Amino acid sequence: MTKPSTPGAAGLATTTLALPRRDFVRYAGAGLALTGLLISGCDDDSENNNDTVDVGSGDPGVLNYAYALEQLEAAFYTQVVAGAFFTGTATAAEKAILQDIRDHEVAHRDLFRQALGNGRIKDLQPDFSTINFADRASVLGAARTFEDLGVHAYNGAGRFISDANNLTLAGKIVSVEARHAALIRELILGANKFVDSDVVDLSTGLERSKPPTEVVVEANKFLQNGSKISANSLR
Amino acid sequence: MDLYQIITDIEKVDPEVYARFDSRRQVFRHLTGIGRKLTAATLPGVFAGLFSKAYGQTGTLPAAIADVLNLALKLEYLEKYFYQTALTTVAFPNAEARRAIEIILNDENGHITTLRGALGAQAIADPGLTTFDYTGSRGGERAPLFPDVLTNFATFITVSQSFVDTGVRAYKGGAPVLMPNKDILQTALNIHSVEARHSSRVRALRRGGNLSTSLPKSWIVGDEGYAAVAGQVTPLGVGLRPYGPGNPATTYPAENNITQAGVNIQTTSSISANAATEAFDEPLDPATVMSIARNFVVRTSNIFG
Repeated sequence: MTKPSTPGAAGLATTTLALPRRDFVRYAGAGLALTGLLISGCDDDSENNNDTVDVGSGDPGVLNYAYALEQLEAAFYTQVVAGAFFTGTATAAEKAILQDIRDHEVAHRDLFRQALGNGRIKDLQPDFSTINFADRASVLGAARTFEDLGVHAYNGAGRFISDANNLTLAGKIVSVEARHAALIRELILGANKFVDSDVVDLSTGLERSKPPTEVVVEANKFLQNGSKISANSLR
Repeated sequence: MDLYQIITDIEKVDPEVYARFDSRRQVFRHLTGIGRKLTAATLPGVFAGLFSKAYGQTGTLPAAIADVLNLALKLEYLEKYFYQTALTTVAFPNAEARRAIEIILNDENGHITTLRGALGAQAIADPGLTTFDYTGSRGGERAPLFPDVLTNFATFITVSQSFVDTGVRAYKGGAPVLMPNKDILQTALNIHSVEARHSSRVRALRRGGNLSTSLPKSWIVGDEGYAAVAGQVTPLGVGLRPYGPGNPATTYPAENNITQAGVNIQTTSSISANAATEAFDEPLDPATVMSIARNFVVRTSNIFG
């Protein structure tokens, strides 16, 4: 297995030595959020937190975090192009778009798989039971969720990257995810929904990025027990 | 009063204090230099200068970071005045296309406000509409590249595509420089993805609608004709090709690159070469970005070098 991109370990060490005030506030906030999660999680007997796959820390953690999301997206679009909507009522343009996106997401997944080598997390088992692959609105609605979430995830994880090459790699991917997101939104939400207040702050023009701790909650809705992820060190 | 002790004490609470002063060496050189001249009268000024730079809203960003943000700001102005003018001069094919440009203009105005806020006093002056010549004649210095860019929608949306894709590449190329300042990095990333959303929309408008099967796709296919230079007018026209390699090409490959982090994307994933190029956008260096943008300012302006 090739490992062409070696994450910068030197840059990682410094970040764990001390706890700046600002980070402490972030930790405290995350602690509150986590408490909330645990409390709400107690109601759900199907949850098994012991089986959670943590993506790890530092640059390998960020790359595994991206790898997890790309696994999810690649699995989704692979199922889409085999599904009844795609093979049935989808227009030629819709087919071309979804086939392209499938190829892109598979490429992203495979790249991370190669780059991480033996340091990669396990193959995740998706749970797409809430998606009707025969129904256009269900398929495109889920696609929109994945694409917007992907953009917000990459943007929110950039700050945890130490190696410039890894940041650039993430940047090469996130803009493609944003291209997907904009087009899929147009198809499912209507014309000129490529940006809207749910994904972009319209007063600043800034994407509403999400920290990993928030993203994993969304991603886990589409992952089976035993494949649910956490990003406890990316905060 | 022991200034060194104060900073050491601050460090106990805020280990990043030295990072806020650019570097430990610089702050001590600064203090050593003024040491002999310090008097009771000058001390408060020294303190105020030192700490407002470190913690204040009017703080000074390192030059490298300010340069990246100011180039981004210039590109935002290039776009802002383009869309703002076009909305009053271009014959839009329908209300939907016009609305798309209004939305994009709103975002660009937001980006300008955001970037100016981050730069503070280091922000460039607003270059103003008269700095730009969207026909590409550089203020009548040469034959226009796009004579009807501000009236003909097809020409307008073609040039728009160049601007948004140049912008996406520029932000991507600048991001590593911003890494020392995580908040500014995140802000830039949050602009970068919005520019990519714009590109997706602009490219859809250019092909005649989201569900048109014409080109261009909403993602960048190969080098979009960049390489077909000899004797040919590329899809985007002479002098306006944001899809080629930057300098150095190893760091800033052309958009037809199919190798990422040493991995051949096409063979690894068994997909077409086109799909392998589409799946990844490429960064561009500041000099190449400026050489593209220079086509759209009057000769007397040096904002793009």
